Amino acid sequence: MSLTSLRQQFLDGTTTPTKVLEELSKTIASNDPRTKAYISYDLENALQLAANADLSKPLGGLPIAIKDNINTFGQPCSCGSKFLVNSYISPYDATVIEKLKAAGAIPFGRMNMDEFAMGSATENSAIQLTRNPHDPERIAGGSSGGSAAAVADGTAIAALGSDTGGSIRQPASHCGVVGLKPTYGRVSRYGLVAFASSLDQIGPLTRCVDDAALLLQAIAGHDPRDSKSLEAPVPNYSAEIDNGVKGLKLGIPAEYFGDGIHPGVRDNVEKCIQHLERQGATIVPVSLPHTSHAVATYYVIAPAEASSNLSRFDGIRYGNRAPNPADIIDVYHQSRELGFGPEVKRRIILGTYVLSSGYYDAYYTRAQKVRQLITRDFKHSFQSVDAIISPVAPTPARKIGSCSDDPLQDYLSDIFTIAANLSGIPAISVPCGTTSFDGADALPVGIQILAPHLGEQMLLRIAKSAEQAGSSFGI
Amino acid sequence: MSHEHIDVRYVAKLARLDLTEEEATVFQKQLESIMTHVESLSGVELPDDLLTDDNSLLGIMRDDLPGESLSPESVLNNAPDHAQSQIRVPKVVADA
Repeated sequence: MSLTSLRQQFLDGTTTPTKVLEELSKTIASNDPRTKAYISYDLENALQLAANADLSKPLGGLPIAIKDNINTFGQPCSCGSKFLVNSYISPYDATVIEKLKAAGAIPFGRMNMDEFAMGSATENSAIQLTRNPHDPERIAGGSSGGSAAAVADGTAIAALGSDTGGSIRQPASHCGVVGLKPTYGRVSRYGLVAFASSLDQIGPLTRCVDDAALLLQAIAGHDPRDSKSLEAPVPNYSAEIDNGVKGLKLGIPAEYFGDGIHPGVRDNVEKCIQHLERQGATIVPVSLPHTSHAVATYYVIAPAEASSNLSRFDGIRYGNRAPNPADIIDVYHQSRELGFGPEVKRRIILGTYVLSSGYYDAYYTRAQKVRQLITRDFKHSFQSVDAIISPVAPTPARKIGSCSDDPLQDYLSDIFTIAANLSGIPAISVPCGTTSFDGADALPVGIQILAPHLGEQMLLRIAKSAEQAGSSFGI
Repeated sequence: MSHEHIDVRYVAKLARLDLTEEEATVFQKQLESIMTHVESLSGVELPDDLLTDDNSLLGIMRDDLPGESLSPESVLNNAPDHAQSQIRVPKVVADA
């Protein structure tokens, strides 16, 4: 069942949006008590919308699960945080939600996530732990873990997530689904609770590449309410998707295939590359020499921006206010102490430090300059190749709770995904096989494709070919 | 630039965050580990032609015209405490 096939079935009359939602709710009742991808869902409201769905619209009657940091009018928006849980109800629709509704889709479900999108495992959610449907002892990845897990688990047809350093692509890889981060500015951030404003993008998590194109089509486009929204016209993302890879040049960066990659990940990614070569692509070695600085650069810039963005959570206008503050300043201190989890606090402190007087130039300004070098690496490579291929994560999904006490180890695992956010280029994770790892037999592995700025059509075309190498969607 | 003396409590105060003793101790160690990694950026050679004033980073402003916004009611619905159509907070100005 995919968005694409369901759409056809609606038009054929073989099924209806109401029946699909009813089936979905049964699957949620059966699977989600174990997976815990959903924080909440409003079936009654969704069924009303389904009954009145306009099937002539591009996503007419199709339910889309929504990461719980995207404002949807009248629905809770917890961001996986104690600060907002059982407290904040969205008073407006994010632009992507407006666009989904205009396309006839039904936003259905508030999906679990790492708190304020900070994390790579959804272990940092203050609400619940989401488990990987392929192995419930393992992480679903993060921070869009709920979205990815639900699509893999059959409890969502498709979902929206957000990606600041890999938070769509990495959980997609760990759960065996497709996850796409658009070009920065391609999809409006209005209504997305901000983590790092120069890095955040909303994107689709789907069962197949065709669905990713369909969902991206609905949500992409200029929005004056997002000051960095691109004015470039939105092309037809499905138009070239079946063109194959014959004649394309695909870059393989040496820095992304070094030590530290699990052999099963390397093996699956290399097999997929060989498939693409057999399909007519030319494989070209490239170099992205500043790759080794990506994690350090990101973990200065992202926390810096987060420390500013999260200063709005002060207990005054929304959220859970501390019960007995001594005075107004105490409202801020106590509400934030009670409301934020350790990872959020850690990143706020890190971000505040690198922006503070005496350190700003040494850390923040310098990181922004290195960021430009990372961006230049990609621009230079794209002069000789059409896209770049890499693993998504160094290993498949690890066991829940197996992260060390040193958060740096978790941060380093973001090495392959972070650079796309720093450079603003689009990237997609596509399932390319499974491997045994740390006691599990068949954990999903994703392959990442990176394209030039506004190169989503190229991305989707290559992704569709990669997908045909053999995917591990679903259980 | 040495980071060995990150004053986690001071920085937390800047960020209006209370930390427990345990949090402060754990974060001190973790942040120093992270900053050790970040220090690697100081060794990156930066070419002279890197633009530090990239104007595309400046926010694009909309015209200063009134438009629709959230209704007062919808804002107050999310307020932790409100009265007389206003958000109520503890006293801001200290007694004389």
